[in-house]
Amino acid sequence: MVDRGVPANFGLSFATVERQAALLALIALILFNAAVTPHFVSLRTFNVNMTQVTPIVIVAVGMTLVIATAGIDLSVGSLMAVAGQLAPIIFLGKIVMLPYPVAIVLAFIVPVVATGLLGFFNGVLVSRYRIQPIVATLVLFIAGRGIAQVLTNGNLQTFREPGFQWIGLGRVGGLPIQMLLMLAIAAAAAWALRRTLFGRQVLAVGGNERAARLTGIPVARVKRRVYLISGLCAGVAGLIVVAINSSSDANQVGIGMELDAIAAVAVGGTLFAGGKASVIGTVIGALIIQLVRYTLIANGVPDAAALVVKAVLILLAVWVQRRGRTA
Amino acid sequence: MTTDDPVGTGTPLLSMREVSKRFAGVAALSGVSLEIAPGEVHALVGENGAGKSTLIKVLTGYHRKDAGDVLFMGQRFEVASPQAAQAAGISTIYQEINLVGLRSVTENICLGRRFRRFGFVDWPAMHAEARRLLKRLDLSIDVRQPLDSFSIATQQMVAIARTLGFSSRLVIMDEPTSSLDDREVAVLFGVIRQLKAEGLSIIFVSHRLDELYSICDRVTIMRDGRTVLTRALSGIGKLELVAAMLGREYRSVEKEGATAFGHKAHGSHASLLSAEGLAHGNRLRDVGFEVASGEIVGLSGLLGAGRTESVRLVFGADLPDRGALRLNGRPFVPREPADAIAAGIGYCTEDRKSEGIVPDLSVRENLTLALLPRLTKRGIVDEKAQRRVVNRFMERFGIKCSSPEQAVRELSGGNQQKVLLARWLALDPQLLILDEPTRGIDVGAKAEIQKLIRELADRGLGVLMASSEIEEIVEGADRAYVLRDGRTVDCFAGERLTAEAILSAMAHGSEARHGAGDAGNG
Repeated sequence: MVDRGVPANFGLSFATVERQAALLALIALILFNAAVTPHFVSLRTFNVNMTQVTPIVIVAVGMTLVIATAGIDLSVGSLMAVAGQLAPIIFLGKIVMLPYPVAIVLAFIVPVVATGLLGFFNGVLVSRYRIQPIVATLVLFIAGRGIAQVLTNGNLQTFREPGFQWIGLGRVGGLPIQMLLMLAIAAAAAWALRRTLFGRQVLAVGGNERAARLTGIPVARVKRRVYLISGLCAGVAGLIVVAINSSSDANQVGIGMELDAIAAVAVGGTLFAGGKASVIGTVIGALIIQLVRYTLIANGVPDAAALVVKAVLILLAVWVQRRGRTA
Repeated sequence: MTTDDPVGTGTPLLSMREVSKRFAGVAALSGVSLEIAPGEVHALVGENGAGKSTLIKVLTGYHRKDAGDVLFMGQRFEVASPQAAQAAGISTIYQEINLVGLRSVTENICLGRRFRRFGFVDWPAMHAEARRLLKRLDLSIDVRQPLDSFSIATQQMVAIARTLGFSSRLVIMDEPTSSLDDREVAVLFGVIRQLKAEGLSIIFVSHRLDELYSICDRVTIMRDGRTVLTRALSGIGKLELVAAMLGREYRSVEKEGATAFGHKAHGSHASLLSAEGLAHGNRLRDVGFEVASGEIVGLSGLLGAGRTESVRLVFGADLPDRGALRLNGRPFVPREPADAIAAGIGYCTEDRKSEGIVPDLSVRENLTLALLPRLTKRGIVDEKAQRRVVNRFMERFGIKCSSPEQAVRELSGGNQQKVLLARWLALDPQLLILDEPTRGIDVGAKAEIQKLIRELADRGLGVLMASSEIEEIVEGADRAYVLRDGRTVDCFAGERLTAEAILSAMAHGSEARHGAGDAGNG
């Protein structure tokens, strides 16, 4: 009620403060590194960090939508491996030899469509059979990596195929293609969440599923779609990773990615209970996680310790969320 | 509080005196007294928020009382948890069976008791005990099967057997019949009579009047956190009982002007919606009603009579087991709320918080949630059009908030309800279903909403209004149906639509209504 004297921008201002908290942390990290880490302010460092953060951001954007519906997707890392194995199989002509441009185009399309379908399968388990998302996506978390290994009998695939590796190594106007792709995907998701019917329905389903159903929102369809999108994002990220590595190892691609993505979403201020999501926050969250890892490694702290720091970050993010709810 | 002579003149088994309990400064129980004689089946009745659940929870140690005395078997009774209460001889059987469905019948019966032999679980002894207890209830089932594999009625018997195992002296049954069919109810009553014959006392909470009269000795009626009346059931008519529950002089005259609905429509319009023979589960057996355009039709009935269940069927939120709906004369079979919305029906739920608002979304988003598909072109929301709609309804309904961007959870109940009304009216529906439209809303906002409903009906909207408030029905509705135990028992309109008529129908159903109108003493 107005007479409670709540300032007009109350709801907005807290969100801004929240977002700024993550943003401030990011700026602080950059300043700290600039002062302490040798050679931090260089194009090379920038490129290294961008290369590493891109797959996290792309996967985390899909994850943001899933979490906005109060779900979660554990299968993303395994789906990356599936996409990463499928692409070389196609352009190396392991099953059928295709003419050059067709093979490359299909190597981009088929893997992403495949992971999209697997994501849709997750969505069906969650919406139609009402399996808890954490259990439903555990199925492909396990089976997905198995599928990826079966595709090549567990063998490492190595390749040099500039036409395909363009997605991981190419540049436009000096900027890495993969970074532009990441920005495009994040921008599209942020816009869709704000401006499209689908985006509003995602938030309504996450915010109050029963109310959403009673306002005629096709709850099941909305859920299937967010898992589908998460699968598509994982597919794209898988292609980028194998393109950068010039090799595809079903045992390695996307390992632990689900946790990085979830952590990025958490740090970015998206509510795990659903109903409130920020794609920009997720991007910032992913950058923070990447930069923390880089800072520690560049300063001689072992990778294992970086994991602990990541965990602390998540706790911190959840704590900030709690404060936000009770404020 | 009036107390007749209790059934037994000896010491009561349980005696609660002047018990009070406050939650965050709000009184949930104030000066409640309850006396249960040995071997007595005692009915505890009251509408929503009367304090029955709180009373039971205080008695069983779930809540601590703030004041008052409780004597059980002549001793001061003070327990800190339901487990302690059970060990002391007071067991509770809840509406939703609170046992472990995946475990065996034996485990459920013997859970919490020790059956050990040389430090190991003594399964043979446990199975034997389970069979022995079930036999007392004339039930012989495979006690090794998981509880889930049996019907609700059998599960309830298992719950009762469990209480016998704790050698309970007092068993509290909270709406035990709500999910049973008639045959199962008969079996349960047989068991209750047997327990009574063995000297156990039972507190029986139910909303079904006929059941109270067939199984209970005495009744205590609660209202607004107080016990207002205790009497032998043979000495109180149904009408008087209902009147006491609802806090009315049952011969009082209708007061005009307590609500803000104003005049009534009397013109006859085309029939909009008709429902016939609706049934759903054990709650809804045979409900029928009709709504015309421009008419406000009330659905009245005691708690548990089936008001909400009925309107949910019309909206496609649940699917009926039997029965037919017609909309504008054509058969209407909504499978999902989306179907009903497409047919021009809106539904303001009784539970604003868990089924109405999306708390974190803004007023703007909440208000246009149902309308959004129509404000969308190629998947993109037309925000200009959205703002126009929001501004129009905020102004028209006087929705008070700091801005359309304020999160809806920060609004008062009355303003939230206006947002939800606007959500549906923005669709320009032909039928609006309102379930408890003014529950939990302050007086001012209540009058505004009631006035609004009448205005809308005057402009041709059909309104189906379920309400537990008799005044709201009598003054607001052009016609009112009374539901009783899941059946439509009567319909009143015009001069016949009075509080007394509704009370009488709630109490007696249709069969007795003609006699009850003039006799009054049932």
